Amino acid sequence: MHQPIKFYQTGTHTIGNRLLKPEQRTVQSDRGRSNSLNCGHRACQGCGEALGARYAIDAAMDATRRQLIAANATGCLEVFSTPYPESSWQIPWLHSLFGNAAAVATGMAAAMKVKNRSDVRVIAQGGDGGTTDIGLGGLSGMFERNDDVLYICYDNEAYMNTGVQRSSATPPAARTATTAAVGDEPGNVFGQGKDMPAIAMAHGIPYVATATVADLHDLEDKVAKAIAIRGAKYIHIFVPCPLGWGAAAHDTIRLARLAKETGIFPVFEAERGEVTGVLRIRRKTPVEEYLKPQRRFAHLFAPTPRPDVIARIQAIADRNIRRYGLLDEGAR
Amino acid sequence: MQKPFAVTLDPGSSRANHTGSWRTSRPVYVDNLPPCNGACPAGENIQAWLFHAEAGAYEAAWRVLVRDNPFPAIMGRVCYHPCEGACNRRKLDEPVGINSVERFLGDEAIRRGWKFDAPAASSGKRVLVVGAGPSGLAAAYHLAMLGHRVTIREAGPLAGGMMRFGIPKYRLQRDVLDAEVHRILELGVELVLNSKVEDIIEAIKDGGFDAAFLAVGAHIARRAYIPAGDAVRVLDAVSVLRGLEGEERPMLGRRVVVYGGGNTAIDMARTAKRLGATEALIVYRRTREKMPAHDFEVEEALQEGVMIRWLSTIRQAGSQGITLEKMVLDEKGFPQPTGELETIAADSVVLALGQDVDLSLLDKVPGLEIVDGVVKVGSDMMTRHPGLFAGGDMVPSERTVTVAVGHGKKAARHIDAWLRGRTYAPAPKHADATFERLNAWYYSDAPKTVRPMLDLIRRQSTFDEVQGALDESTALFEARRCLSCGNCFECDNCYGVCPDSAVIKLGPGERYRFDYDYCKGCGICAEECPCGAISMIPEDI
Ligand SMILES: Cc1cc2nc3c(=O)[nH]c(=O)nc-3n(C[C@H](O)[C@H](O)[C@H](O)COP(=O)(O)OP(=O)(O)OC[C@H]3O[C@@H](n4cnc5c(N)ncnc54)[C@H](O)[C@@H]3O)c2cc1C
Ligand SMILES: Cc1ncc(C[n+]2csc(CCOP(=O)(O)OP(=O)(O)O)c2C)c(N)n1
Ligand code: SF4
Ligand code: SF4
Ligand code: SF4
Ligand SMILES: [Mg+2]
Repeated sequence: MHQPIKFYQTGTHTIGNRLLKPEQRTVQSDRGRSNSLNCGHRACQGCGEALGARYAIDAAMDATRRQLIAANATGCLEVFSTPYPESSWQIPWLHSLFGNAAAVATGMAAAMKVKNRSDVRVIAQGGDGGTTDIGLGGLSGMFERNDDVLYICYDNEAYMNTGVQRSSATPPAARTATTAAVGDEPGNVFGQGKDMPAIAMAHGIPYVATATVADLHDLEDKVAKAIAIRGAKYIHIFVPCPLGWGAAAHDTIRLARLAKETGIFPVFEAERGEVTGVLRIRRKTPVEEYLKPQRRFAHLFAPTPRPDVIARIQAIADRNIRRYGLLDEGAR
Repeated sequence: MQKPFAVTLDPGSSRANHTGSWRTSRPVYVDNLPPCNGACPAGENIQAWLFHAEAGAYEAAWRVLVRDNPFPAIMGRVCYHPCEGACNRRKLDEPVGINSVERFLGDEAIRRGWKFDAPAASSGKRVLVVGAGPSGLAAAYHLAMLGHRVTIREAGPLAGGMMRFGIPKYRLQRDVLDAEVHRILELGVELVLNSKVEDIIEAIKDGGFDAAFLAVGAHIARRAYIPAGDAVRVLDAVSVLRGLEGEERPMLGRRVVVYGGGNTAIDMARTAKRLGATEALIVYRRTREKMPAHDFEVEEALQEGVMIRWLSTIRQAGSQGITLEKMVLDEKGFPQPTGELETIAADSVVLALGQDVDLSLLDKVPGLEIVDGVVKVGSDMMTRHPGLFAGGDMVPSERTVTVAVGHGKKAARHIDAWLRGRTYAPAPKHADATFERLNAWYYSDAPKTVRPMLDLIRRQSTFDEVQGALDESTALFEARRCLSCGNCFECDNCYGVCPDSAVIKLGPGERYRFDYDYCKGCGICAEECPCGAISMIPEDI
């Protein structure tokens, strides 16, 4: 019964931990973090996207010694951060269109190459709509050319900025402005939509990863790893949206955690198309616990409970668990 | 300034936009009372000393601990640790091994020779303490630290009270006791041994004392009438245990029957085993559930081969041995005789039926209130006689070392105030740090560390210490199992999880501040604080 002396009370679960060595601590726990997305932005209370963006960009700023520029697609992240003439961004930041962030970033990377500034690194970022729908063509090209860009998708599972319309990342059964909760199969349909991380992997690019705002150490590690690689990288971050999902503002991180713990959102990383690591489920949880706090799934519980639909969602989660080995001993 | 095409305004920062105005409720940092602290009879600030221990700062931890209790090494051996019974971690897996970390700190202090901080400046006042048991010694310690001159008068030949003359060595080694008592005497406390106080009023007057604290314990063994012949010796447990401190070994014979169901009965039976009895049998009137002895002690005794006969009384001790009568519990749970008798062989019967207080030193004090043989005191530990305080086993309360120590501390604080013409008002208690306020997700999984136990053969034949200690690595592990219920432990969660960067980190030991200019009141910080140190309160709007 020899106890592992490597026990640090909250380990790496919390943002900081005074018991960890400085090099094991997160960028976010540092008083000197760059706060790339500053106070005063107009995101909703409890916005997961605002949080995810600060987590990711601060980590990238740290990894690049603050030599970072970003292109941003249209979407909440752009709109809430830059109401003219103010900006929340404390980095060189450029917005052009809804669908062209990847292309703009490709241009930025080319410019840096011409200027011999290999120290300056480029990020493109956007919502799930800007990534999986309108921006997919440009993004696929960026992957295909292996441009030296890290593309980050903040997935809140719909077009939030324009009023919660369905995107190809909206989950089955979810109610949105365009997928009403009516009929036999209420909400979004089953069997459609795009698995964007898998599409990115199919390009065989050097690095693809998923992350959530509920696991900061993992998220920061992945950003740092991506920055260390030259070529095209893709990180897909799960960011709950209290407004669009009909959830309490204080539940943002809890929902992200439940998405991971249920298997609904598998957290993994892949190199050149092969999965190289997954974040293990720590407390396996049935999908109901994830669905219940969200009004976009309320029609599955009342007035007529729909155990059949919930079972189909559970089957998706179970498939993820099998496919990625989310309960395997070897997983982290 | 020349502006580019179509640009009419200078660029600005979003900090101009005070999103705090959106808020309908605000987060505030709170400090709540952890259940361990609330349950410690000595009023230790357990969470605070564990905080230092978690970082490996053992001396700092010890110094915080001894602000309330000068006996960590003793506590770590004999305290029944109600703190662990209340610990919130029990709802996750098992309670934090508070008691074993406490012992580690106490042993470390002895090993490294740590001394108490220097006492406060002299008050010029003198206090008499009667009895050098845990209560008297604790009071003396606190009074000395507060700057008073203390004299302890002790009837016996050595200090310690029941810690020396009751609790057997296999649970409390005497060098540990000596070390912790010695450290108190080093503060300049005067200890006068073999000096029984016969008349407290006279003792105060003759010695010129300004106040007195009485802690004479409860030493008179209660007897039960058992008709006896000469074949079976009838003794009492307190005298037998006390006798062990001398040279002689008490003559108990091979077959020893102990009568009673408290911790003293258990210690007596375990002692008899160690003295060579082939049979040590406890006879108790009621059932195991009703036994006042602690479960773990009963368990340890059974492991050592002690036998227990529940629902039995002793009717008589004759030449054939002793006669037992079987009992049954009535509807109210009281044992009733059945008339069913049985005779068993025995060489001696040792009575462990509780103790009474020898109050003779108070005979000449007018106006005291004595109830059920113990002296009533107020919430300030003062008797009805001004300047005369009392605590420990001689006042109405649970009889444990830790309660006695707590009384000593409390009395010292009130005596100090009384001597200075003030009243002592303890700080108001914080709200309870309940388990429901925790976000347990954040704590790593970690089962309790089990303390090593001496092997059974040596437990049956020697007085070596039964329960072993944690080593440095296991003590550190155990300390880090603490959840820091109700008080910020600087995990940075609130600082990190705020989507509006509205939490300001002030640096190690300085905690955090909310920036209400930008906090939108989402409540993520309160939800994700592992230990429940943030509350959301409605804004008046
Ligand atoms: C066998 C046994 C085992 C126990 N085990 C535990 C245990 O594991 N854990 C636990 O918490 N508690 C235990 N207890 C209870 C605990 O020992 C007592 O509750 C505690 O010691 C009471 O402390 P006290 O200071 O009030 O009195 P005591 O410890 O009894 O000390 C009183 C002192 O006053 C002295 N004295 C008495 N009269 C006078 C006088 N007139 N003048 C001068 N001096 C006087 C006595 O000689 C004695 O030294 C045990 C008790 C017994 C009997
Ligand atoms: C070509 C074009 N079509 C439509 C729009 C309107 N529009 C702006 S943002 C947006 C949705 C953004 O959704 P997503 O990318 O998921 O980001 P979110 O707001 O959810 O973060 C839409 C449809 C536009 N700006 N440009
Ligand atoms: S003295 Fe007893 S109750 Fe208090 S902390 Fe120590 S073990 Fe717990
Ligand atoms: S977890 Fe720590 S603070 Fe909470 S009750 Fe247990 S010892 Fe006390
Ligand atoms: S979240 Fe962590 S840092 Fe913030 S108050 Fe709670 S314990 Fe302290
Ligand atoms: Mg979206």
